[in-house]
Amino acid sequence: MMAQESSKNTRHIDVAYVAQLARMQLSDKEVPLFQDQLNHILHHVDTLMRLDVDDVEPTSHPFPGENVYRDDEPREGLAHEAAMKNAPKTRAGFYVVPKILE
Amino acid sequence: MTRGAGDLMDYRVTIGLETHVQLKTQTKIWCGCRNRFGQPPNTDVCPVCLGYPGTLPVLNRESVRLTVMAGLMLGCRINERSTFDRKSYFYPDMPKNYQISQYDEPLCLGGRLEIEVNGRKKSIGITRIHLEEDVGKSIHYEQSSGVDFNRAGTPLMEIVSEPEIESADEAFAYLTALKQVLLYGGISDCNLEEGNIRSDINCSVRPVEREELGTKIEIKNMNTFRGVHRSLVYEISRQINVLNDGGSISQETRRWNDETGVTEAMRTKEYAHDYRYFPEPDLMPVVLTREQIEGWRATIPELPGDRRARFVREYGLSEYDAGVLSADRNVADYYEEAARASGHFKAVSNWIMTDMLHAMSEGAIPIQEVKITPGALAGLIDLVDRQVINRPSAKRVFTILFEKGGNPADIVEQEGLSQVRDTESLETYIDEAITAHPQSVSDYRSGKKAALKFLVGQVMRLSKGKADPQMALEMLRERLDTG
Repeated sequence: MMAQESSKNTRHIDVAYVAQLARMQLSDKEVPLFQDQLNHILHHVDTLMRLDVDDVEPTSHPFPGENVYRDDEPREGLAHEAAMKNAPKTRAGFYVVPKILE
Repeated sequence: MTRGAGDLMDYRVTIGLETHVQLKTQTKIWCGCRNRFGQPPNTDVCPVCLGYPGTLPVLNRESVRLTVMAGLMLGCRINERSTFDRKSYFYPDMPKNYQISQYDEPLCLGGRLEIEVNGRKKSIGITRIHLEEDVGKSIHYEQSSGVDFNRAGTPLMEIVSEPEIESADEAFAYLTALKQVLLYGGISDCNLEEGNIRSDINCSVRPVEREELGTKIEIKNMNTFRGVHRSLVYEISRQINVLNDGGSISQETRRWNDETGVTEAMRTKEYAHDYRYFPEPDLMPVVLTREQIEGWRATIPELPGDRRARFVREYGLSEYDAGVLSADRNVADYYEEAARASGHFKAVSNWIMTDMLHAMSEGAIPIQEVKITPGALAGLIDLVDRQVINRPSAKRVFTILFEKGGNPADIVEQEGLSQVRDTESLETYIDEAITAHPQSVSDYRSGKKAALKFLVGQVMRLSKGKADPQMALEMLRERLDTG
């Protein structure tokens, strides 16, 4: 189930659609405003795309390195109260969020 | 085993399973929070697994080893270089708004799992195994939802099968065999009640004469093997009915409703995703050396199927008995230890298959916690073999050993269960039985052989169950035939 969804055209971003996925509320004025700004950024990316990079290995990290691990040893985390402190709403130890699955 | 109106024969079923397995580590995959079940909500959390800005993940070494071990046990190729990717999605159970997973360079590729359905063996291909993180858990209130992040960041291995499973029974057998392998390798606790194994199902049907696959339906998040089986039985017949009625299947995601026993289409919004995978900049590639992989390979335990075959070969057990004894690694270890201590392979198998497994299931006791040691069981079998105690007494000793542990010989002593085998004592009981039951004696002499059994029973009663029944029988017969 992974391949088909991810291969969508990355040169166009539908702001209204992405906002919906990201659960952001944009006003009718904001949609064209951000669409326009994003198009500018993508236009710049298009310029970069014209470079011939066939012989260049994709770089996911700016410096070389590998095998950064931690040992499987427990460490103290956050106290429950601290973890909940900034939550706008809690209930019986849970973070309360708008209803999932509408 | 489950079959619709006979229509099933005209269709071919294609099933693939994506199985998520929580790894048995002390801590989560990117942080030192504990990986455990059943804690109060949001108590095993830290800035990393809560997705606070500015935090960085650091890979748990053990999660890599366990995933590679699973791959080796399933005959996968291990990628010497493997990388992590971000899978973007926005859902309250995922605090970072992306899940760290592996996209095009997973740890393990290609493998096989042997299954058996109704005596027929088959091998199911494994496409890949990759390592990722589990998400939080949500509960639903009337107007809102609650989120607990204790589970977020639990190391999760996704095992993707080839679409080579062709029935609900095969899917069930696949998951059962997979669980056995993972338990043998100590890779996961495989506790279904705690959600250690969850599967997504892909299923399609097509008329037998058609080459290309039918339209695929996905059933999400199944957490029991029985649920997988039931949902497939339902879904296969649903799809066939639609096609038989001239309809067509549209690609969709469905959810299994365990109470009503049907699958239901999920609304598109519930699964609309646009993952936009890209390389995870916060994690470095995992590079494994040949020596490292071979070192791990050397620690692979004998696989359940191999052990079963060896039990048949080495101990002369039936296929069935060998299958039961090898299903659980701990039971298999127990059997082997007791069998080696005793030398009576078949007797050890009988005791475990009947009395032991029965007592274990009655008390819901795993074999690791059973009080009777393999050595004690071997000792008990030896006492029966040397005719120190008879079978009913042996059962009593077993019950005591199972409840309290201890040495079988001591228990025989304490309970006075030694078999009476000296002729003098037996003669006394026989005299008593004959005197008390003259009718049975004349019945026997006039040809009613059953009367002899009655008299043996009397001897057993008089001896409080301790007489050697075989000796009593022979002595009685001799006395009545000659006297």
